[in-house]
Amino acid sequence: MTGEHSSKQYDHELEGIRSQVLLMGGMVETQFEEALECFRIGDIARAERVMAEDQAVNQLEVALDDACRHMIVKRQPTANDLRTVMATVKVITDLERIGDEATKVARTAKSMHERGTVGFAHFDMIRTIAKATSELLHDSLDAFARLDGKQALQIIAADEVVDHEFRVIMRTMVTFMMEDPRTISSALDTLWVAKAIERIGDHAKNIAEYVIFVAEGRDIRHSKPTAAEPPAA
Amino acid sequence: MNQAMLNTTPTPAAAKAKTIEIEGLNFFYGKTQSLKNVSLDIHAKQVTAFIGPSGCGKSTLLRTLNRMYDLYPGQRAEGKIMYRGGNILDAGVDVNMLRAKVGMVFQKPTPFPMSIYDNIAFGVRLYENLSKGEMDERVEWALKKAALWEEAKDKLSKSGLSLSGGQQQRLCIARGVAVKPDVLLLDEPTSALDPISTAKIEELISELKQDYTITIVTHNMQQAARCSDYTAYMYLGELVEFGETDQIFMNPARKETQDYITGRFG
Repeated sequence: MTGEHSSKQYDHELEGIRSQVLLMGGMVETQFEEALECFRIGDIARAERVMAEDQAVNQLEVALDDACRHMIVKRQPTANDLRTVMATVKVITDLERIGDEATKVARTAKSMHERGTVGFAHFDMIRTIAKATSELLHDSLDAFARLDGKQALQIIAADEVVDHEFRVIMRTMVTFMMEDPRTISSALDTLWVAKAIERIGDHAKNIAEYVIFVAEGRDIRHSKPTAAEPPAA
Repeated sequence: MNQAMLNTTPTPAAAKAKTIEIEGLNFFYGKTQSLKNVSLDIHAKQVTAFIGPSGCGKSTLLRTLNRMYDLYPGQRAEGKIMYRGGNILDAGVDVNMLRAKVGMVFQKPTPFPMSIYDNIAFGVRLYENLSKGEMDERVEWALKKAALWEEAKDKLSKSGLSLSGGQQQRLCIARGVAVKPDVLLLDEPTSALDPISTAKIEELISELKQDYTITIVTHNMQQAARCSDYTAYMYLGELVEFGETDQIFMNPARKETQDYITGRFG
């Protein structure tokens, strides 16, 4: 990695931003795990806590955007510093949206369990997609922390699995609803939860794309990613 | 390039023509070698910036392009600087004509101690025999080119030294373009100026490049990023990296370049 700036203050400011982003990543990871647990066991109080904690995530997004603006106006960053700041601005938006999706899962879990009987093993329906997405999210944050372009490429490919799983769940829920209309409410709720999880997978994929942007200087959004030589590290 | 997709300024890649080709240039101040095997191309009607820390050789390099160093004994250049089909370092080159075609503007504005009119006419008179009417036109044209006409037109007989710093610098630019050069060499042209004058000169540079090839030495990296199409990063007399400015400032190939432009230097 590159060395320190001549200005220690600059280094300090960059490190401050970096550690706050990782903190935000940790918060939304926990939010997601908690929300899934609420969906599984129907702990309404826990679900309410997850929803309340989203406020802290939102506030971090605002604070980090402000820190990035200050960085730009004070330091006029270039090259890898510029890519880091621009990527941070994008990544925190994705993290905030992940927090929102986790909140949706918690809210749906709460209303589902308040309503009562489900009619099918709702958590089993989303077990695979939940596991795949948890790993995707964790790996994307890890790749961002280490600016690992290779790992990022793997994450982008793995999101296909999540998308596929969602389509499987959709077909299954439609089948349930057709066979027994009493399951419609729960099936739809399960579908919303699966959709929220699938969206979290997309956001994790976005984060991986920004990792490649910072590490390698390539903007691969909306294109097929290929491995490439990194520039000046 | 993204600029092309946004349909704003034309891409530098489109300008294939080269006004000056520097090949294997070495420069010596007495026994000290201050340029080492420098090779790069100055593209036609584009702005090329030389950046690097103090002592890297960027001003030395600029001053070889119109043999300014000839004025000082003990300084010599070896290698090739190809311009208009010939090596300007060869003996027998008409250096006065060279300096008319490859004009220079210095960091400290240097108007002659004469009227604004004569500042411009002086150089023209050395090369051309113009009537009074033709000279008046040339002076007006040059001052308009340097965005100074409106401010100077009512005081052409006043001394050039009566102008403000930013205006004096524009007068020097007008003086340079009056003799119809191909190339303008600007050696830290705004270092001594306030921010508003600096902005006006930078604006002028972007207009002038439609007609002239421009090379600028600057230690203000944001200026290089704003004004230039190509950037050369130099260190200890060597050319470390040369490329399109966008690429140098967004995604440089060399770690040394990145360290310098991001302030991780030293």
